[in-house]
Amino acid sequence: MTLNVDTPAPARREGPRRSSGHRGSGRGGSGLARFDLRATPYFLVSPYFLLFAVFGLFPLGYTAWVSLHDWELAGDKTFLGLDNYVELIADGSFWNAVLNTVGIFIISTIPQLVMALMLANALNKRIRGRLFFRLGILLPLVTSVVAVAVVFTQLYGRDYGMINWFLGLFGVEAIEWQNQSWSAWIAISTMIDWRWTGYNAIILLAAMQTIPKDLYEAASLDGASPRRQFWQITVPMLRPTLIFVVFVSTIGGLTLYAEPVMFEGNPTMAGGATNQYQTVAMFIVKEAFRDFDMGYASAAAWLLFALILIGILINYSFTRRIGGKK
Amino acid sequence: MTAIQARRRKGPASAANRIWDAGPLTKAVLAFALVLSAFPIYYMFIMATRTNDEALDTPPPLLPGGHLGENVERLLATEDAYFATGLINSIIIATTVTVSVVIISTLAGFAFAKLRFRGSKILLGSILLTMMVPLQQMGIVPLYEMMVNLGWTGQIQAVILPFLVNGFGVFMMTQYTTQAVPDELVEAARVDGASTMRIYANVILPAVRPGMAVLALLTFMQNWNEFMWPSIVLNPENPVVQTSIAALNQAHGTDYVMLFTGTAASVLPLVIVFVAFGRQIVGGLMEGAVKA
Repeated sequence: MTLNVDTPAPARREGPRRSSGHRGSGRGGSGLARFDLRATPYFLVSPYFLLFAVFGLFPLGYTAWVSLHDWELAGDKTFLGLDNYVELIADGSFWNAVLNTVGIFIISTIPQLVMALMLANALNKRIRGRLFFRLGILLPLVTSVVAVAVVFTQLYGRDYGMINWFLGLFGVEAIEWQNQSWSAWIAISTMIDWRWTGYNAIILLAAMQTIPKDLYEAASLDGASPRRQFWQITVPMLRPTLIFVVFVSTIGGLTLYAEPVMFEGNPTMAGGATNQYQTVAMFIVKEAFRDFDMGYASAAAWLLFALILIGILINYSFTRRIGGKK
Repeated sequence: MTAIQARRRKGPASAANRIWDAGPLTKAVLAFALVLSAFPIYYMFIMATRTNDEALDTPPPLLPGGHLGENVERLLATEDAYFATGLINSIIIATTVTVSVVIISTLAGFAFAKLRFRGSKILLGSILLTMMVPLQQMGIVPLYEMMVNLGWTGQIQAVILPFLVNGFGVFMMTQYTTQAVPDELVEAARVDGASTMRIYANVILPAVRPGMAVLALLTFMQNWNEFMWPSIVLNPENPVVQTSIAALNQAHGTDYVMLFTGTAASVLPLVIVFVAFGRQIVGGLMEGAVKA
């Protein structure tokens, strides 16, 4: 299935042919039929757009309005102009949250994509029990973030965790994973990667299967090694799918919330003693629902959106270049 | 299908074809990935059958024990977690949202895929654009205020309403309908004088049922696993299953096995559904994927 946004509905004959088809339909002549053709499509899409307007569009615009105020839920609402944004840009703790979010995003996404590509490539081979393997690597998707975080937080426990025990076999001293930025970032990244690598592999596999096999045959006859074929044929042909996967990962990664919250184990939204793994989404919730500064939180939400747009642009221009030698 | 085609090919190409056979390295990679994927879930269920003393052994236990019953009893007796309430709430919420999303998406998907109307491209494009906006984070303050004004904070309709529509669902059903229903079929029904709604009921619905099933499963999973918004708008006495586990984690985090019992119970329904409908889920995901 391709991403055909502008689905060109193949020429549907209008006019005389269609009206000739209404013989004996008994539903009240061509006036009603024409109304049906014109209006019903809007009727069909209207539930989506009505609900979206109320629960999507309205909150979006309203957040912008709130962000211009000193806004308390049941109290004063003082217009501030852009003061919230000015304050936010000078706020070290906001930038700390941005740094954490981007840091976790980078150290989770890059290995995840590489692993997903490798897995997709492996799944694309002839092998017995294909469905079994596909289901197996997709299994993490059904577990909730909360469940993942509970298990992984236990696995990363200092004294009894399996990961420290395993590292201990190689003489590594017990690590307090929550204490340092780097270790907390790694712990959180593995939770994300565990849950999403298989899903991305399946999506990439779907695209891999549409690459004509002749391309590889021709390359083989020319003596290209499998590795070379992978980089020169597979990866460039996957570019649209890679763009999509990176796009989805960017949005998911920059709005990261549940993993670090559960990793911390309490709802203070601090993200560790020195906020070493507080993400922007946690920052927003903390400002809005712990400190009740709704205006400030709304401004942060808009800056998060800006961050996502920048992230998508960077990733897009980067991904577009992959294997882009024409 | 591709595998069969490849296997049939003989002659000079068959040597080149051998690169499609899984070598030992490929098999090892896949087996390793399988173990990594399954282990945390397996571990969850093992811990649910153990005692806290056993859970802290080094190395940790890897085989099931015989304490599941008492862990479940203790979980249900832990009043401040409201686990049973959370389970029931999650079932109601995820089911309602799923029914709504599937119906709304199928209707809109039909219109976008098979009907011509002014502005359809712009409308579909706007759905794709909004999929880029982190609505959860962006809308959190206004949505919360809306629920406060309606007096719905702490009640499950506050969690249901914002999720009733889903841009991904419309997008997916548009893709699916485009593929699954030939234009000629719609055309023929028109010629026979069928109204748009009759075409929807008699031609479209039967053909897109597999796509609806996949969308239903994905939507159910997503809403069952929802955490951020429920943790803000609901209160601890009336939780969903995920916030109930978060509460367990916070107040009884040292009671590992009880925490894991709750976690396992929250994952179990989805694992069962996944195993039962695995083939369809994988197929649906792969069909809905963006391809080269």
